Amino acid sequence: MSRLDTSGDDYRARRAAMLAKLAELDAEHARAVAGGGPKYVERHRARGGLLARERIELLVDPDSAFLELSPLAGWGTEFPVGASVVTGIGVVEGVECVIVANDPTVRGGSTNPWTLRKTLRAADIALANRLPLINLVESGGADLPTQKEIFIPGGRVFRNLTRLSAAGIPTVALVFGSSTAGGAYVPGLSDHVVMVRERAKVFLGGPPLVKMATGEEAEEEALGGAEMHARVSGLADHLADDEHDALRIGRRIVRNLNHRRAGPAPGPVREPRHDADELLGIVPEDLRIPFDPREVIVRIVDGGEFDEFKPLYGTSLVTGWARLHGHPVGILANARGVLFSEESQKAAQFIQLANQARTPLVFLQNTTGYMVGTDYERGGIVKHGSMMINAVANSTVPHLTVVMGASYGAGNYGMCGRAYDPRFLFTWPSAKSAVMGPAQLAGVLSIVGRAAARARGQDYDEAGDAAMREMVERQIEAESLPFFLSGRLYDDGVIDPRDTRTVLGLCLSAVGNAPVPEPAGFGVFRM
Amino acid sequence: MPLTPPVIGRLLVANRGEIARRVLRTCRDLGIETVAVFSDADAGAPHAAEADHAVRLPGAEPAVTYLSAAKVVEAALRTGADAVHPGYGFLSENAAFARAVLDAGLTWIGPPPEAVAAMGSKIRAKALMAAAGVPVLPGFTAGPDRSADDLERDVRALIERGPASAGRRALLVKASAGGGGRGMRIVEPGGDLAAAIESARREAEAAFGDGTVFVEPLLERARHVEVQIMADRHGTVWALGERECSIQRRHQKVIEEAPSPAISPAARVRLCHAAVTAARAVGYVGAGTVEFLVADDTVAFLEMNTRLQVEHPVTECVHGVDLVELQIRVAEGARLPEAPPRATGHAVEARLYAEDPGRDWLPQAGVLHLLDVPGVDVRFAPPPPGASRCLRLDSGVGNGCEIGVHYDPMLAKVVSYAPDRAEAVRRLAAALAGARIHGLVTNRDLLVRVLRHEAFRAGNTHTGFLTEHDLTAAPAAPAESAESAVPLSALAAALAQAAANRAAAPVQAGLPAGWRNVVSQPRRTDFAEARVSYLLTRDGLRAEGLPDTSLVSAAPDLVVLETSGVRHRFAVARYDGVTHVDSPLGPVRLTPLPRLPEPAGRTAPGSLLAPMPGTVLRVEVKPAGLVTAGQTVLVLEAMKMEHRIAAPAAGTVSAVNVAPGDRVEAGAVLAVIEESGG
Repeated sequence: MSRLDTSGDDYRARRAAMLAKLAELDAEHARAVAGGGPKYVERHRARGGLLARERIELLVDPDSAFLELSPLAGWGTEFPVGASVVTGIGVVEGVECVIVANDPTVRGGSTNPWTLRKTLRAADIALANRLPLINLVESGGADLPTQKEIFIPGGRVFRNLTRLSAAGIPTVALVFGSSTAGGAYVPGLSDHVVMVRERAKVFLGGPPLVKMATGEEAEEEALGGAEMHARVSGLADHLADDEHDALRIGRRIVRNLNHRRAGPAPGPVREPRHDADELLGIVPEDLRIPFDPREVIVRIVDGGEFDEFKPLYGTSLVTGWARLHGHPVGILANARGVLFSEESQKAAQFIQLANQARTPLVFLQNTTGYMVGTDYERGGIVKHGSMMINAVANSTVPHLTVVMGASYGAGNYGMCGRAYDPRFLFTWPSAKSAVMGPAQLAGVLSIVGRAAARARGQDYDEAGDAAMREMVERQIEAESLPFFLSGRLYDDGVIDPRDTRTVLGLCLSAVGNAPVPEPAGFGVFRM
Repeated sequence: MPLTPPVIGRLLVANRGEIARRVLRTCRDLGIETVAVFSDADAGAPHAAEADHAVRLPGAEPAVTYLSAAKVVEAALRTGADAVHPGYGFLSENAAFARAVLDAGLTWIGPPPEAVAAMGSKIRAKALMAAAGVPVLPGFTAGPDRSADDLERDVRALIERGPASAGRRALLVKASAGGGGRGMRIVEPGGDLAAAIESARREAEAAFGDGTVFVEPLLERARHVEVQIMADRHGTVWALGERECSIQRRHQKVIEEAPSPAISPAARVRLCHAAVTAARAVGYVGAGTVEFLVADDTVAFLEMNTRLQVEHPVTECVHGVDLVELQIRVAEGARLPEAPPRATGHAVEARLYAEDPGRDWLPQAGVLHLLDVPGVDVRFAPPPPGASRCLRLDSGVGNGCEIGVHYDPMLAKVVSYAPDRAEAVRRLAAALAGARIHGLVTNRDLLVRVLRHEAFRAGNTHTGFLTEHDLTAAPAAPAESAESAVPLSALAAALAQAAANRAAAPVQAGLPAGWRNVVSQPRRTDFAEARVSYLLTRDGLRAEGLPDTSLVSAAPDLVVLETSGVRHRFAVARYDGVTHVDSPLGPVRLTPLPRLPEPAGRTAPGSLLAPMPGTVLRVEVKPAGLVTAGQTVLVLEAMKMEHRIAAPAAGTVSAVNVAPGDRVEAGAVLAVIEESGG
């Protein structure tokens, strides 16, 4: 049941604020979609090339969903938004796959430090969820000026490919263009390789390097062309006539992977009773004002039906069972921000129950952290918070996290923040995440500084303090915003709240490709 | 009709398609057991399945199956049939067959073989009629022994003998043994008569085994009017009024009606009298038709068809009789009442053909996925007694039937009966317009255009109607809706396809179709006829080129769109390689294009492709030979018609891939012409 007053001023103001943030999000996504800009897009098209997202659209099943991951990677850095690669989860021949497509219009599709992190994150998702990985390769290699950030960790790209293969998770490389030097190991280590005639170039060293190394005058096509690899070296399994043909062959390869989902099949799907549009008017712009997460839950779960666990105990955290796109889930959602001992114990017990039932967990974050103060320390808040963190950290069921509002302090950990490896983590535009609120952080610095000055017997510079506080507050505020954090790969993307159900449904389906591990060997502790 | 003891217990229908089913229906009503014959091509045909017994006639070509008198008689004897109904076409006007049936001791549902023979030769029939006082046109015979000089002389004689204007008149070359427009050629004044005779002879020889043709003046702007005859063995001859069959294409009837909108009661009496005279002149028994050409004051005997006609249902409607029942009863020796039942109301029949009027009536072969005519009241039967309105459907094909190259491409006859002509025509047009016909190109749109044409509605019909009013490509619907019919239907097809794709998705079943968290491009669905590009945003549908269109609902088989405030339902059906969309905007056939086509071996430029499956008749060029634009390269025979394949431009023949006698599939590369100076 919803108590949301959709005709009230609060609702309208919250909705307006959210829509403004969504307009900004659309603009940032559009920057990523624009790739290297009109000039390079035109140049790529003139060569007969499809854009990265066009390749993906043709690869995935018609009318299926595609969830782009980390679309804001590189936001706020010296590199373009999107990090010159598109990654995501798409359905190919009925099989959910992780797709990684270089964007050749952005600096030739070269890998920068953010490209690398985005690519590694995609491979992690493939491995954790047992999703076949399809690489749509056309990359000029590493961005050499930043090689120090790429070279050493970048080896993991190739290790991941072969580890996926070893785990029985198929890897497919469709080579549309350059895949040279280190990039040559992408087809080299993939289970299935398709190269496009006259376009794919795969070699360890290009003609100039060969000339330098051995004096040989090598011609590109003979050195690493698709024909050569298909007929001579055997590096290519399939020779494609053109890009469309490569995508067609890629689909055929996936059709014949004989992929089987290990997880349970979802049950019938029922739409929520309330309009998802109303999700825009729930989160207050000022995160100090709490909101009822049940208003969110009824708008994202099947039939709006939510079976609450311990509704009368530890009421600042809502826990309960529901179905989402036919998948059973356990939901933990902050109700009034603060986590007390009761909430922590309730969470730990609930997580154990979900593990016994092998039910995936969804964390809806709006937390300002664990309660501080003498009474709470005496009451064992550290002990109880640790229980919750322990339970989250060692829970083996899939976790999905959505940061709706605040995500401060250890609450971020207890509510399965990024460091706790949820299978997927998405952020609403209304979210903020930091060790503490900007004002609190600035205030703490001020108090500490004042104390230090006093200890040294100096007068405290009040004017300097005010300036420092303002600066710190502004910096922390900026660094706690979703675009900034998403740009650093601290989430898998910023989503429109109205898409929450779809995103979670898609992730739960993806998660179902991997078996759910056995729970730890204890009975559920009543906390 | 006075009762006579039934003598027929088991009847073989020596035919196929709708007429076989039509005869089977009456037999079932009369309690007569039925035997069907079927060729290999018709092994799955409804007529074979409906009969109590069915006998396979090995092969597919008519000559070795439905035209094989010996095999049909053998089938009748083998199954213990005691009667044979020939239907129309095939052996129905073959006197030798009639005799063979009688000689085998079976009842022949048809006129005496002598009457069949007398009328079988159009030349003889004309002479016989002239002698009996029935008006005929002058003409001359061009038998196989006639030289070009003789022809020339005869033509001159004809001109002198005929009306003053005959010299400037077009001439008509007709096969003496023919029917259905085969072996028929028009020669305009100054045209090449010899070539027309030669070509008509060849076609007649192939179709009827008799190359005799005759020439007569072409009566232009004439109406084709025919009188239905029913005669018993006891001297009663009925004339069941007239039918008008003026709407023809290539001398084949397309729309028929009873009564004719142009025949006065007095003229009707004269025509019926002439028809009865004609029937009596040959001692006719059973159902037959006497055909006339009527132009202004001229009435001329055309021919007598000694069988049931395709268009007999319109007579059944207005007279309330079952002609097949009467045929059987008469064959059993029953007496007809003295006078036929009175005619009431008006009936119009349209023949639905699998043919492309826009491409020279090219017959279409392929799978008929669906034929669904809305509001059908009866099938193969006259209107129920007392009914003043009735929609009748006679169809020999079932959904999923393969329409082959061997037989007539008629899919169905749709007949509308109503108290008056205007209402009958309106209902027929609506039934055809609303019919769902999937899988093949048909003449449906053309039929609707004719039925809704001002001149037709006014009753201004003549055999040149379709030449005078070129309706092969005119829009059937108001211009503005016709314009958007294809893009809107294509959009509906794309949305329906998306709904179907979602419904069939093995994973993520509940997710919205084509959902993207980062939207980079519109969703595309390409058909050969239209490209659909759209996005489903939170604010609704945004379809490229259709700014005022919103989506109401989309299911795999039904999409509701709203355009400029008006809602329309689009029924969408998908088959292998073709999608059909039916809506009030008109039927639209779409060919889905694969998103990722296999790189196919491209056809060399200048390739001449077979327009349809058929047999190569002649190759008129040699490899490396020079051809001029429009020159005949080869002739393909299909559906018993000769199709000329001409050079698209002047050039050199770089390849000839076929030889006479080769059977080719549609799209086969027949020859390649390298354009000169290209």
